[in-house]
Amino acid sequence: MIKPDRIVTTTCPYCGVGCNLQLHVKDEHIFKVTSPFDSPVNHGNLCVKGRFGYDYVYHPKRVTTPMVRRYLLEGNKEIGNQGLGNRKDAPELGRNSLIPNYLITNPSTPWDWVETDWDTALNITAENLVRIYKRDGSDAMAVYACAKATNEDNYLLQKMYRAIFRTNNVDHCTRLCHAGSVVALQQATGSSAMSNTASQVIQNDVFIVTGSNTSENHPIIALQMKEAVRQHGAKMIVIDPRRIELVDFAEMWLPLKPGTNVPVFSAMAQVILKEGLTNPEFIQNRTEGFNDFIESLDKFTPEYAEEISGVPAEDIRKAARMYATAKKAAIYWGMGISQLSHGTASALALINLAFLTGHIGREGTGLNPLRGQNNVQGASDMGCMPFHYPGYMRVDNPDNRTKWEKAWNIEPGGLSLKLGLTTTEILSHAHEGGIRALYIMGENPMMSEPNLNETRKHMEQLEFLVAQDIFMTESAAFADVFLPATPFAEKDGTFSNTDRRVQRVRAAHAPRGQARVDWQIICDVAQRIETKLGVDSAYWKYSHPEEILREMGSVNPDYAGITYERIVKLGLIYPVPTLTHPGTPTLFTESFPRGRGKFHPLDYVPAMESVDDEFPFILTTGRVLEHWHGGSMTRNSSLNEAYPEARVEVHPADAEIHGIRNGDPVTVKSRRGEVVLRVTVTEKTSVGVVFIPFHFVEAAANLLTNDALDPQAKIPEFKACAVQVFPARKKDLGNPNAVVNRGRY
Amino acid sequence: MTNQIILTIDGQQVEAEQGAILLDVARENGIDIPTICFHEATTANALCRICVVEVEGQRVLQPSCIVRAGAGMKVQTRSEKVIRARRTILEMLASTMDLSESTEIQHMMYEYGASSSRFPDAQRRESQVKDDNPMYVRDYSKCLLCWRCVQVCAEDAQYTFAINFDGRGFETQIGTFFDKKIPETSCVLCGQCVAVCPTGALKPKREFLLEQGMSAQEISVLNSGRKKRK
Repeated sequence: MIKPDRIVTTTCPYCGVGCNLQLHVKDEHIFKVTSPFDSPVNHGNLCVKGRFGYDYVYHPKRVTTPMVRRYLLEGNKEIGNQGLGNRKDAPELGRNSLIPNYLITNPSTPWDWVETDWDTALNITAENLVRIYKRDGSDAMAVYACAKATNEDNYLLQKMYRAIFRTNNVDHCTRLCHAGSVVALQQATGSSAMSNTASQVIQNDVFIVTGSNTSENHPIIALQMKEAVRQHGAKMIVIDPRRIELVDFAEMWLPLKPGTNVPVFSAMAQVILKEGLTNPEFIQNRTEGFNDFIESLDKFTPEYAEEISGVPAEDIRKAARMYATAKKAAIYWGMGISQLSHGTASALALINLAFLTGHIGREGTGLNPLRGQNNVQGASDMGCMPFHYPGYMRVDNPDNRTKWEKAWNIEPGGLSLKLGLTTTEILSHAHEGGIRALYIMGENPMMSEPNLNETRKHMEQLEFLVAQDIFMTESAAFADVFLPATPFAEKDGTFSNTDRRVQRVRAAHAPRGQARVDWQIICDVAQRIETKLGVDSAYWKYSHPEEILREMGSVNPDYAGITYERIVKLGLIYPVPTLTHPGTPTLFTESFPRGRGKFHPLDYVPAMESVDDEFPFILTTGRVLEHWHGGSMTRNSSLNEAYPEARVEVHPADAEIHGIRNGDPVTVKSRRGEVVLRVTVTEKTSVGVVFIPFHFVEAAANLLTNDALDPQAKIPEFKACAVQVFPARKKDLGNPNAVVNRGRY
Repeated sequence: MTNQIILTIDGQQVEAEQGAILLDVARENGIDIPTICFHEATTANALCRICVVEVEGQRVLQPSCIVRAGAGMKVQTRSEKVIRARRTILEMLASTMDLSESTEIQHMMYEYGASSSRFPDAQRRESQVKDDNPMYVRDYSKCLLCWRCVQVCAEDAQYTFAINFDGRGFETQIGTFFDKKIPETSCVLCGQCVAVCPTGALKPKREFLLEQGMSAQEISVLNSGRKKRK
């Protein structure tokens, strides 16, 4: 029995649920994680990642010394662009790249990594960013913020790029996950977060879970959903192409084909309208655009929806009635709604349903996009998006600009009114005359962007790349400078979870090696840049992250009433407009931020790629319980032992036709790339649909995915592309010896 | 309106809600009743019986973790009969299982004057440490069958149903279906069971390895896959 030296209370670094953790620390190592049973978020329950997945903090591959490419020390600034060894040497993803050691480069070339001291690394970073900015101006500069990092880290990073480089080319992975939902919610309500808290699920009479494999991606919310069904009599409707675990607990499962959300939800709306199940009072008092909307519904008969989606018309009717006639009904959704070239429309279709029935603005109802990352809500709140300052203030509104100019000590008219580029656009603009310098904090586009072969070409085009991370990721392998930062266990700050709860993050121990906390790195880089540019300082001399949050809260009213003192034990749910305000668990009780909720007439737009003889399967991507996104955390953890290889899920009927048995190696090929991995034959996926999780570098699902974008939200279509599956040889597998042998569903 | 009643605990008149659990009523009034299998996050099942109290008019001792308060009830939490029962329960536990990591039970034994050698010939419930998954180990020599792990794996939290009682009578043990290794069961490795285990029978793997004398550094190397674990 080990007695801890101390127990540190903090917030889980994995998903958006924001579970409360207690880190048990002995000899400056975490050896155990528990959770308080009175926690309002997770009631003491955790998932495998939260309870056991912290050991990446101590992984031998973690980089804890600043590093630069040799050419930068030798004063040859241009060599990174020449043929002597450069970005193009970054290892290929795929077959033989099972977690390669990206540090290994050729030591005789100028492109070799060299360990150095912080001063040198920071000076080189500032010098090169300034050089490019002076030469090419604001439009050449771009930054990826990080939904894993704290609110404070993210606020400062966007401040640096907006205040110093005068660009709005600031974005992060929200673009790749819920951008469709965010844009839809802003258009229809004027807000962009869950309207209710996840813990209100037990108050639902009926709830819809769609495009979300909640058990694996928000495991603790799934527990509450199961509790709602089994112990509180709620009825769950699952609308998803996959037979996810929650189907075991559901009243109905509507297995729609990927990318057919709009017809299914619009047909439900038509049923609700035709059968007189609407909430006329709500429509009258709280919404607008109803008449245009009902006209647009004409073609969406349940039979039409059945033809497109494969969901029986009768089931669509039944689900519509169940949702509409419930006293309290809510919708929970995930990436299956937003990660489509019509992701915004899919989310709008859900919003229309809530407006028709008035299932919004009360406890136990609501429109609830389950946010993926621990702090994707926070990073978005902090303005790490190309169209918004912190607090979702549009950058093209001069009044908003004035507010931030005052806060950041900037001359009137100094900040840019020009909308910035989104995550995917930043890379596609990486060429001469476009983006020249990119600063990446924590993100890993070489795993998380769609169509990675194309992404690679863009990464190679960058003139200067800074990676601020804890591991030499697939993307950091392209960088010129590596700034070793800290994971959640080594820093203080706040995360904002999926239900808008702002919670404390606390350091369990000092940073490993020479690693430094992100906000301090940013302040040091920013001050060096300001000195080199000879400009007035936007202020970077913080002594504690709380000062950063207060600075942001002084302009962003949602966070105005949040202080560290108020969230010592319990987080506060924003909006918290004043220092005595108790927080706002339920939004829209009186009105919507835009006034009235706006109905949106919709059209059915199919996924960009449809199946044909050459590519007869639809590929949909997602995650598994044991892993996280690009895998830089979980694949460097004991979690990888629990789930060591990528698998493609194929339905038994398809497997039989193609003569594929469970465990066989196969090649999965799309118009953009191919991967080799083993098959899991399972009814978890539906006929004609195959599923690959995107965590595994040796079979990177995003080599296959389509980089088609939603026109409004610019979110890529991760959830539907056409692929072929054919047998492969065992020796073509990335790691033939790794075999998943799990009994869990 | 709630229905308030009066009852007597240890001679003290206390007010309670009709139907409230006796253990809660006692604790709210500052009267300490020891518990072992009871946990705030799991359904009480009155398995260990350490929380028994004497209720006037009842033939046998009553487990306070499930018995409900009634009007006029007269309860004794420290009568001689109660003390003797608790002492015997502790002595039986100590004679059959490994209590070395159950500090709370050790304190109780001291408090109740329980002797670990009361039943010297008792057969001990011993078993090998089960180390079959990357996240936690199971040492059922330390298990007192409180059932908390089974409950949180089922309807009290996880709805996974990976573990249950296995065997009968003295042979009873917590086990998986068909004695499968944990990763091959429906287990999702959430560790809810580890969190509620009161005796150290379930333990995070990292903590276990540290106790075995490995350094934190060695464990990290192990996890990096450089040294293959069987």
